[in-house]
Amino acid sequence: MIPLSWYLIFAAALFSIGLFGVLSRRNAVAILMGIELMLNAVNVNLIAFWRYLDPVGISGQAFAIMVFAVAAAEVAVGLALVISIYRSRKTVVADDIDLMKW
Amino acid sequence: MAIQIIFLITAVVTLLAALMVVASRHLVHSALWLILALFGVAVLYVLLDAGFFTVAQVLIYIGAIAILFIFAVMLTRRDMRDSGPQHTPGWWLAAILAALMFAGVMIMLISWTGFSTPLPALAADADTLSRLGLALVSPDGYLLPFELASVLLVAAMIGAIYVSLAKK
Repeated sequence: MIPLSWYLIFAAALFSIGLFGVLSRRNAVAILMGIELMLNAVNVNLIAFWRYLDPVGISGQAFAIMVFAVAAAEVAVGLALVISIYRSRKTVVADDIDLMKW
Repeated sequence: MAIQIIFLITAVVTLLAALMVVASRHLVHSALWLILALFGVAVLYVLLDAGFFTVAQVLIYIGAIAILFIFAVMLTRRDMRDSGPQHTPGWWLAAILAALMFAGVMIMLISWTGFSTPLPALAADADTLSRLGLALVSPDGYLLPFELASVLLVAAMIGAIYVSLAKK
C-alpha cells in the first residue's frame, strides 16, 4: 500500500514547480498556468489528507470542491484580464504591464 | 505492488509534464503539457478512491480550464511567439526559491509524526459521494460556503465577460 508520504512529496514537488513557473515566466498566461499547477498540488494534498486521516469525515472533499470553484473563477477572470490588457497594450509580458508604475 | 507502480509512473509523468509546462518555449506546448499534468492528477484521485474528483478534474480542468488557456494563448499569440527569452533574467533566483520552498516543506513533513500513515481501509458501505452531496446542501454542513461559491462563480462569469468585452 502507498503511505501518505508519497502523496505529500508529490504535492510538494508539484507546488514547487508551479511556484517556479509563477516566479520565472515572463508571459502572463504562463504565470496563470503555474498557478493552476499550484492549486492542483493543494487539491491532491486535501484529498490525500481526507483519505488517510479522516476517511469517515467529509471536510477534505468539501474543501477540495471549494478549491475547484475558486480555481475556475480565478482562471476565467485572469485570462479575461490578460486578453483585455493585450487589446489595449499589445503585450502579455508581465514586465511591460507597468501602467501604474511611477 | 501494482498500485505502487501505477502511482510512481503517474507521479513521474505528471512532474515531468509540469516541468515542461514551466520550461517550454512554445506556449501552446505548455498548454498541452498542462493537460497531461492535469490528467496525471486525475489518475491520483482514482488511486485515492475519490472518483467524483476524477470526473470533476477531467470536466472542469481539462474540459474547461485547459481549453480556456489554449484560447487565451491563441488570442495573444502575435506578441512573443518564439523570439526572446521566455523567462525573466532572475529565473535562477526563482529556481532557488522554489527549491528552498520544497526543502522547507520536506523538513516540516519529515518532522511530522503522521508522515507515513498507512492507508486506512474504507468501509465497504462508505458512500462518500452521497454523503458529500448531502453535506454540501445541509445547513449543518457546507451550505453557506457552497452558496458563496455559486455567487463567486456568477460574479467571475459576469466580470470576465465585462472585462474582455471589446469597448466601442
